[in-house]
Amino acid sequence: MNYPEDLKYTKEHEWVKVENGKARVGITAYAQDQLGDVVFVELPEVGTEVKAGAMFGTVESVKAVSDVYAPVSGTIVEVNEALNDAPELVNEEPYEGGWMIVIEMSDPAELDNLMDSADYQKMVEEGGE
Amino acid sequence: MAQEPKKTPLYDTHVKNGGRIVDFGGWALPVQFTGIKEEHNACRTKAALWDVSNMGELLVQGKEALDLLQMLLVNDVSKLYPGKLIYSPMCYPHGGIVDDLLVMCLAEDKYWLIVNGANIQKDVEWIRPLVRFFNGTVMEDISDTIAQLALQGPNSVEILKKLTAYPVEDIRYYHGAQDVDVAGISCVVTRTGYTGEDGFELYCQADKGPELYEAVVEAGQDHGLVLAGLGARDTLRFEASMSLYGNELDENHTPLEAGLGRTVAFDKGTFFIGAKALMEQREKGLETKLVGIEMVGKGVPRNGYKVFDETGEKEIGYVTTGTYAPYLEKYLAMAYVQVDYSRRGTGLTIDIRGRKVPAKVVRMPFYRREVKKK
Repeated sequence: MNYPEDLKYTKEHEWVKVENGKARVGITAYAQDQLGDVVFVELPEVGTEVKAGAMFGTVESVKAVSDVYAPVSGTIVEVNEALNDAPELVNEEPYEGGWMIVIEMSDPAELDNLMDSADYQKMVEEGGE
Repeated sequence: MAQEPKKTPLYDTHVKNGGRIVDFGGWALPVQFTGIKEEHNACRTKAALWDVSNMGELLVQGKEALDLLQMLLVNDVSKLYPGKLIYSPMCYPHGGIVDDLLVMCLAEDKYWLIVNGANIQKDVEWIRPLVRFFNGTVMEDISDTIAQLALQGPNSVEILKKLTAYPVEDIRYYHGAQDVDVAGISCVVTRTGYTGEDGFELYCQADKGPELYEAVVEAGQDHGLVLAGLGARDTLRFEASMSLYGNELDENHTPLEAGLGRTVAFDKGTFFIGAKALMEQREKGLETKLVGIEMVGKGVPRNGYKVFDETGEKEIGYVTTGTYAPYLEKYLAMAYVQVDYSRRGTGLTIDIRGRKVPAKVVRMPFYRREVKKK
């Protein structure tokens, strides 16, 4: 399993990459592995307001439906349209082509509530949920 | 319900092979090895191997065994002869389904009922009180003594031929052979399956299961054989529109509603449990019916989602199984709907977490393999 060091992580297995003050969000390699083959990703529209900890979309694998939560609050400024036709990108490139949304953060201090790579790895390996 | 799930004789083998173990109806079995899509498509194009030792086997034996089975089952068991199998629902008097099963005739007075793993206890309790009315006839639950493997996919014949001198390619569909030496292990080999592909099911003594499994895996190496789990077993049977007990089949639906009318042998000339209710239903006409549905809008239909009419106003049924069909690459569902909405092409909507998403009734089976003419 891989846990890139330049990302921040949530307990619900989302990752955040901060780029020019914006937060790019996806689900982790561990999360996609647990889900299995992703066959559908439902995301909100650009312009939607999200709150940290609130659900913003769903990821569906062959067997299961899983909600995805916003790691930080703000406005969605980009949505990964490629996932409409290629939801398998979430499995194949969870940290690159499988990204889901970009959030213009309203409170960047919320980033401090997230885990770093080492803490997240520890949580996963200790069998956190 | 919080009991430890039962382990099949292959449990340690699955763990060693990296299977992701889940509790499935009280059984600890792998849901997947490499991934459901990959396992699914390997079965459609090459071959896949399952441990299905959770399935139950009930031995029914004695001079009135046939009479007992004719009463218990809606299909006509008198058509069987040694080596022949038949599929049948087993019904309650009101026509609802106790279980659906395969009957294999081993000898004139000796049969196996191959039943769903989650229903073994229920079936035994249903059948046992009736056995004593049949002279010299006994029923024995031999499930724990038998391991069962499913080898499925177009390359199955080639793979199995490498392990036996028996001409397995000559076993016809829904036929089987006993005491076949497969890799040095005595097996019952049947040309049956639950995937919509050609293939075999192999039954052997429980403690020989791991050895048989390893032998098939090795023989399949050059034939694209993959290890497969319950996930792909479910998507394959779903794509081939085969019903699953607990989803499409239950005590609240009859074989007629489930589209299994061809298995109800009203004309077999003997009484069977459920006959009266089923005959009445046939005369009155069905109110609900199992249909195939394909999504028109975006979304994945899931088990239990409600089905509405095209306007989204009127609830008309529910999804029994729904998911992404990996080989057809479509979002499909099987659903019970009111019969007025069961015609092919009828527009419907499915309530996907509060959103009414357009769908339509389509033909089943969704997938049918091309049978090569000899």
